[in-house]
Amino acid sequence: MEAHWNGGLKMVDEQPKAPREEDGIVLTKEQAQSRRARNIAIGLAIALFAALFYAVTIAKLGGAVAQLPPT
Amino acid sequence: MSDASFTIDDSRVPRIPIAAPSDYFALLKPRVMSLVVFTALTGVVMAPAPPHPIIAFASLLAIAVGAGASGALNMWFESDIDALMTRTKKRPIPSGRLAREEALVFGLVLAVMSVFTLGLVANWLAAALLAFTIFFYVVVYTMWLKRATPLNIVIGGAAGALPPMVGFAAATGELGLSSFVLFAIIFIWTPPHFWALALLKSDDYARAGIPMLPNVAGPDRTRFEILVYAVLLAPLGVLPYALGFASPAYGLISTLCGIAFALCAVAVYRNREGEAAKAAARRLFVFSIVYLFTLFLTLVVERILHLTAVVG
Repeated sequence: MEAHWNGGLKMVDEQPKAPREEDGIVLTKEQAQSRRARNIAIGLAIALFAALFYAVTIAKLGGAVAQLPPT
Repeated sequence: MSDASFTIDDSRVPRIPIAAPSDYFALLKPRVMSLVVFTALTGVVMAPAPPHPIIAFASLLAIAVGAGASGALNMWFESDIDALMTRTKKRPIPSGRLAREEALVFGLVLAVMSVFTLGLVANWLAAALLAFTIFFYVVVYTMWLKRATPLNIVIGGAAGALPPMVGFAAATGELGLSSFVLFAIIFIWTPPHFWALALLKSDDYARAGIPMLPNVAGPDRTRFEILVYAVLLAPLGVLPYALGFASPAYGLISTLCGIAFALCAVAVYRNREGEAAKAAARRLFVFSIVYLFTLFLTLVVERILHLTAVVG
């Protein structure tokens, strides 16, 4: 049975026959895949949110932001 | 989800969802959200001096997310009756892909984020209006009116009518007469739209215990009310032209659409039995969507053409 660690939770490709308490929470393949998809979606949403605020900031500052005030 | 996935005492471990991102997206009620965005866009472009395109885009995005948050909170509260109706039983919560608590947290987070984003991006009047819209839809309509009175759709329609005002406020920082007119059009449009659906789905609503007008006052009374609202809506739809917010082309289109809407309502009023009654109700339901879309699209297109000409 192939197993690997991800984020502290052990993921297995098959349902273990005799799960032990020290294994912690064992994700099923379906749970692991859906969690990975959700994580990717959250990452993309945060990136888009940051890009949106960057664009809004530039738009609010206006085109003359790079010019120094007259001395 | 299978309980076999937990290896230790289930009461001490968090529930691990199997929901895909598409399930969370479904919580946002994308079709309702697209209508909200469209009507809010109309409010934005009706502003005397529309904002910078990026500010307008960000404002509409915040309004869309606010509408999505309302949808998620609506699905959280209504999961019990959603499971009873054929139209809604495949939604993420009744189908078991998402837990109610996940929808609640998702909706609350999006609601707070959308309101503060709109406040920071546009202004706090628009943000306050968006917060009020979410509150009105979730608390006043979903939690109170919907299960309490056949007037649920009449009063609750205000929540769906507010987005153009939010859009106008985001663009200008104030509330103009044109935004009130757009509000009034959607407000009067909402009851006949939903009552046409309720005539078709009265069994569903009865099974779920929702006191829609056909179930409480009967189909004939509903048909009469639809006719009254259609007659009220026809002149109201022309008001943007009458008040000088829109061109004669809009005046003509809105007059024709208003007459067609009223004729559909007359057909619903006259055909009360069998397939003819169902067909008339279905036709009114579909045309009501076409009506609102046509009016608002005309406003958006001619306003954009006007702004392009002014800038050019």
